[in-house]
Amino acid sequence: MRLLVKNTLVAAALTILGSGQAWSTDTSIIVQSTTSTANSGLYDHLLPMFTRETDITVNVVAVGTGQALKNARNCDGDVLLVHARSAEEKFVAEGYGVERHDVMYNDFVFVGPPTDAAAIASGMSALDALARIAGSQSKFASRGDNSGTHKKEMSLWKETAIDPTRGSGKWYLETGSGMGATLNAAVGSGAYTMTDRATWISFRNKQDFEIQVEGDDALFNQYGIIMVNPEKCDQVKREAAQRFVDWIVSDTGQAAIAAYQLNGQQLFFPNAR
Amino acid sequence: MQDFSDAFGLAFSLIIGGDPDLIEIIGLSLRVSITAVVISALVGFPLGALTAVVRFPGRQTIAVILNASMGLPPVVVGLLVYMALSRAGPFGWMNLLYTPAAMIIAQSILVTPIIAALSRQVVEDMHHEYDEQFRSFCIPTHRVIGALIWDSRYSLLTVALAGFGRAIAEVGAVIIVGGNIDHLTRVMTTAIALETSKGNLALALALGFILLILALSVNAAVYGLRASARRLSYA
Amino acid sequence: MSSKTAASLLLPLEVDSLCFRVERDDLLKDISVTVDSAGITGILGPNGAGKSLFLRLLHGLLEPASGEIRWHHRRLDKTIRRRQALVFQKPVLMRRSVAANIDFVLNSSTRSRQRRDEVLQQAGLYRQRSQPARLLSGGEQQRLALARALATEPEVLLLDEPCASIDSATTLQIENLLQETSARGVKIILVTHDIGQARRLSDDVIFMHDGRLLEYQSATTFFDSPSSPQASAYLEGRIVI
Repeated sequence: MRLLVKNTLVAAALTILGSGQAWSTDTSIIVQSTTSTANSGLYDHLLPMFTRETDITVNVVAVGTGQALKNARNCDGDVLLVHARSAEEKFVAEGYGVERHDVMYNDFVFVGPPTDAAAIASGMSALDALARIAGSQSKFASRGDNSGTHKKEMSLWKETAIDPTRGSGKWYLETGSGMGATLNAAVGSGAYTMTDRATWISFRNKQDFEIQVEGDDALFNQYGIIMVNPEKCDQVKREAAQRFVDWIVSDTGQAAIAAYQLNGQQLFFPNAR
Repeated sequence: MQDFSDAFGLAFSLIIGGDPDLIEIIGLSLRVSITAVVISALVGFPLGALTAVVRFPGRQTIAVILNASMGLPPVVVGLLVYMALSRAGPFGWMNLLYTPAAMIIAQSILVTPIIAALSRQVVEDMHHEYDEQFRSFCIPTHRVIGALIWDSRYSLLTVALAGFGRAIAEVGAVIIVGGNIDHLTRVMTTAIALETSKGNLALALALGFILLILALSVNAAVYGLRASARRLSYA
Repeated sequence: MSSKTAASLLLPLEVDSLCFRVERDDLLKDISVTVDSAGITGILGPNGAGKSLFLRLLHGLLEPASGEIRWHHRRLDKTIRRRQALVFQKPVLMRRSVAANIDFVLNSSTRSRQRRDEVLQQAGLYRQRSQPARLLSGGEQQRLALARALATEPEVLLLDEPCASIDSATTLQIENLLQETSARGVKIILVTHDIGQARRLSDDVIFMHDGRLLEYQSATTFFDSPSSPQASAYLEGRIVI
C-alpha cells in the first residue's frame, strides 16, 4: 500500500513535469479556432497533410470565435482561425495579430422545422425572414455567445431595425452556447436558427429540420487566419506558426480545403489571395 | 427512442472493436482523474485529519469553507485555473495550459475539498474512539494524525472514490483548461460534449455508457477491497 | 534501571482536596489521600462511586475542578503520565495486527522485534501476533491491551475494571500477569467492583462511595473490619445507596 502511494506520487510528479516539457518543444503549435472548421471534420482532413510535410503538430482548441479571440489576446495560442472579419481586423490593428489573411468562405443558412410557422421558406431574403420571424414571434434560437455566427446574426438584426432581445426568453432564445448546442436546442424546441452551412451539413441530429433561407449575399461567411503577434506574446512559436499560416494560404493548402467533402458536398471554398 | 438502442449497440461495438482513439481517450481520462485524486488525497487526508484532531483557532471556519467548497462549480475552477495558467497569467511561463497537467491541477482543486471534508468526518469518528487511549500514551499530534489516517485507510478509500467520481464525471473544468485537443487533452467527458455538439447523440450516449461502466468497475474494485478489509475488522 | 526503584521514584501519590464536576454535578467530592506503599492498591466501591473518574484524574486524562494531585511531590504533567500506563475497561485496539498494536507504543528508540515478541509471549499472544487485533476474543483483546500497556515499561500501571466482561480463565491469566508485574516493582492501582479479585490481589484498598473516598486501609484491615457502614454493607453484598 505504501509502495503504491509512493509510486503513484512519483507518477503524478512525472505527469506534471513531463507534459509541460513535451509541450515546450518547438514542433507543436496551438490554433485557437472557431468550431465549424473542427466539428465539420476539416482539420482532420488538413492537419495530417501539414504534419506529414512539416513535422509540426497542430493542436486545435475549438471554441467560438469570440472566445478564440479572447484566448489569443491572452497569448494562449499561436494562430487564430475564425470568421468575424471586423473583429479580426480590430485584433490585428490593436497589435495582437501580425497580419490577417482570407482563407476560405462558405455561407450561413437559416434552418427550421418543416411546419415553418413564419413562412420564410420561399426564396426570401435573410432580412425579410428575420422580420417575419420577429413579427410572428416564432421561436428563434440565437448563439448569444459573441461568436462569429452570433456577430453576423446581430448585424442582420441591426439592418432590420428590430431588437430581438426584447423577446428574449419568450420567442428569442439566447443559448449562450456553441453552434452544435444551439442546433440541438433549436431542434429540440422547434425553433429557427442561423448556422454556417458546414456545421449544418455535418450535424447529425437534424431530425426533420430543413434549410429554409439560403443563397442571400448577406449570408456570406468569410474565414480568416492570423498569426498571434510574437512582439506581444513572446512565447508564440513564430517559425512554426508562420509555416502553418503560409501553408493554409498556399496552393497546396487551398487545394486541400477545396477537396474536402462531406456527403458529396464541398463545405469550404478557398479564396486566399 | 431510437438513439438509446443505437447507443447501446454502438457502445458495445466500440468496446469490442477496441477502437484506438477510444482507448486513448479512456486512458487519458483515467490518468488525469486518478492522478488528481492521488494529489487531492495527499493534501486532503492530512488536512481533514488535522481539522478533525487539532483544536486551533479558525478550525470551524476551515471546516465550513471545506464543506462549502465541495459544491464548487467545475467551470469556475476551470476559469480560475485558466487565468492562472494562461500565458498572460502569473504561471504562464510554465507552459501548462492545454496540457493534461493543467487538467490534473483543475481536478485536484475540485476534488481536494471533497476529500478533505469527507475525511474529516471519517477521522473524527475514529478519533473519538482512540482519543483517550492516545492521550494516555502521550502520542504526539503528528503521530496521532498519521495513525488515524492509516487506521481509517479503507474508509478513506471510499472517500477517495467519491472524489474520483467527481473528477471523472466533470467536464466544465477540463474543457476550459485542456481545450479538448484531439490526441492531447481529449477525455471522455469532453468527447461526449463534442459529439453532442456535432449532433452525434447516439455516439455521445455510447461514450456515456462506457464512462458509466468505467466508474462502475472502479467502484466495484474499491468495494471489493473494503469488503475483504471488513472481514479482517480493519474497516 | 531497576524497575523497583523506578516505581518508588513516582511515589508517594498525594491527593489533596480533589473535586471534579461536570456542569453543576459534583462527581468527586473533596478527596484526600496519600498512597506510599508499593504493591497493588485496589479501588473498590459500587457502580457510580466515581472510581473510574478518580483513576482518569490520577492519570491526568481529566482536569480536576479543584484540588491537586502530586506524584513524588510533583504536580501531575505529561512527563509523569508518560511513566504510567492505563488499561481501559473496554480495550481500545487499533485496526492493525496484534504485533503492530505493540509496535505502535514502543517509541522509535526502544522499538525492537525482540522486545515486542517478549511482551507478546508474556501475554500468551505470540501465536496470534500477525492476526488482526480486532478479531481476537474479548479476553485476548484485554490481554493485548495489558501487554501493550506493559510494553511501555510503566512505573505505575492503572487498570479500570480490566476483567469486567471476560471469562474466568482469562481473568486468572490477567491476575497472574498483574502479580508478576507487581513483583517486578511496578506500582499497580486497580479499579474493580469484583470483591473477590480485590481480595486476591490488593495489598491496600481505597473504598469509594457516591463520589467520596470513605476508607483507605490495608487489605487485611479493610476486609476484616471495614470502618464505614457503606463498606460493610458493600462487602456483605447488600445494595448500598
